[in-house]
This record gives sequence, C-alpha cells and structure tokens, in this order.
Amino acid sequence: MDRSRVTMLRELQELEFALVELNLYLDTHPNDNKALSTFNNLAAHLAKAKKNYEARYGPLINFGHSGPVSSWNWIDEPWPWEIEY
Amino acid sequence: MWLYEKKLQYPVRVSKKDLPMARYLLTQFGGPNGELSAAIRYLSQRYSMPTGKAKGVLTDIGTEELAHWEIIATMVYKLTKGATPEELRRAGLGSYYAIWDKGIHPSDSNGVPWTAAYINTMGDPIADLHEDMAAEEKARATYENLINLSDDPDLIDVLRFLRQREVVHFQRFGETLNHLQGYMNGKKFY
Repeated sequence: MDRSRVTMLRELQELEFALVELNLYLDTHPNDNKALSTFNNLAAHLAKAKKNYEARYGPLINFGHSGPVSSWNWIDEPWPWEIEY
Repeated sequence: MWLYEKKLQYPVRVSKKDLPMARYLLTQFGGPNGELSAAIRYLSQRYSMPTGKAKGVLTDIGTEELAHWEIIATMVYKLTKGATPEELRRAGLGSYYAIWDKGIHPSDSNGVPWTAAYINTMGDPIADLHEDMAAEEKARATYENLINLSDDPDLIDVLRFLRQREVVHFQRFGETLNHLQGYMNGKKFY
C-alpha cells in the first residue's frame, strides 16, 4: 500500500474525528463559542486536506459532492475495507 | 439524504488472521447491542423528538454508528482474509460458511440474524433516550468483553476506540435527556 496515501488518510481521520467530536459536543452545547471557533478552524483545515487527498486519489464523497472529475475514478480500488494501514 | 465518504472513520489494522475473533466480533455487526442496532434505533427515533437539539443528536450519533458498522465489517473482513473452508470449520464457522460463504451477514456470533426486535421507537422521547443510554452502556460492556477475548494489540486499539465512542455517546444522550426533561416540564400537562 502507498504509504503517502495512508499518511494522508490518517490526517483526514484525525481532523474528521475532532470535527465529529466537536459536532456532537456543539449539539448539546450550542452556545460554546470557543468550541464553535475550533470547529470552524478545523473545518477549514479539513476542506484543504480533502482537496489534497482527492487530487491524488480521487473523490472521497459520491453524488457530486467532491466536485467535478476528469475521469470516473470513484469506482477505483482499494475501497476503505481493503486498505492496509 | 446520506452521503458516503470513501474512507474509514478509524484505521483498522489486524496483525494476524484470527477466525474465532472474527466470529466474536460479528455480534457488533448484527447482534442486539451492535452498531447496526444502534444506527437503526437512533435514526428511527428522530422523527418523534420534540426539539431540534434531540433531532440533531440522534441524527449525528446514528450516522456515526453507521461508520462504526463499517469498521466492524472491515475487522471481520481482514481477520478472515484468505481463510479456507477447513480453517473456518475448525474455528466453529463451518455452519456460517455453509449458509453465507465469506459474506459478512448481519447476525450475531451465534448466527442469529439481526432483527428490529432489538430496538424500540416508543415515540415517547424520555423512554427513547433512556433506551439509548442503556444501549450505549451495553455496547461499552460488549466491547470490553471483546477486548478481553483478543490478544492482538492492533485489533484491541480499534476496539478501545469504539468503546470510547460509546462512553461519549452516553454522555451526549444524558445531556439530551436532561434537556428534554426541562423542555417537557416547561410544558403544561393536564
């Protein structure tokens, strides 16, 4: 397995984990402005990290949410359960 | 609407083929306190919640559970990769193989298929949130049992992550229950 792919995936997993956690926290603490600003800060980082990953390995999200594509590489393997970390 | 993101929520590494462990893990794929039960429970209960906060918590946690369901399937997939029918038979998975081959079927470790009887959507927000909190504790206990059954540090790392998520979900559901109790006490009942 391509090690740089795994490194980029792990970075995405770290960022998205922090965002899932902050999202759930904000659901029950919607007035916590510090959490809100951390959420926004990380969301901007995530957008950049996803763009970098997608430029090399293809779209992360289906149905057009990863933007226009030059070839149909959505179906390219490996699928998530096949990746060796 | 749901979207699929082509990545796991948490990286899954296994250090060896382990068929008995794959069988034990199956209960979190299609068993009573597994991730499928959790996702379907929360996503079904959303519709009768009275506040945006409760609808949001159930939507978000229900969605995260689907990501955990994928992590469990990935562990089973990797633990059984390359297993022969003879190896499966010796690991007590012969009857599983006879019915489902190497397919990953939502059933528990004893082969009992997943059923909606595992979940409730009472329509009563207080009853539903209590069920959800209990479900998170039952899932936490199941992950602790699974950790006790494994000697693979890579697998245990993933199980510890999943166990920890149950603890966080319990916390968020507890806050949601308090919020709902306040909301309902503020309403007049005759």
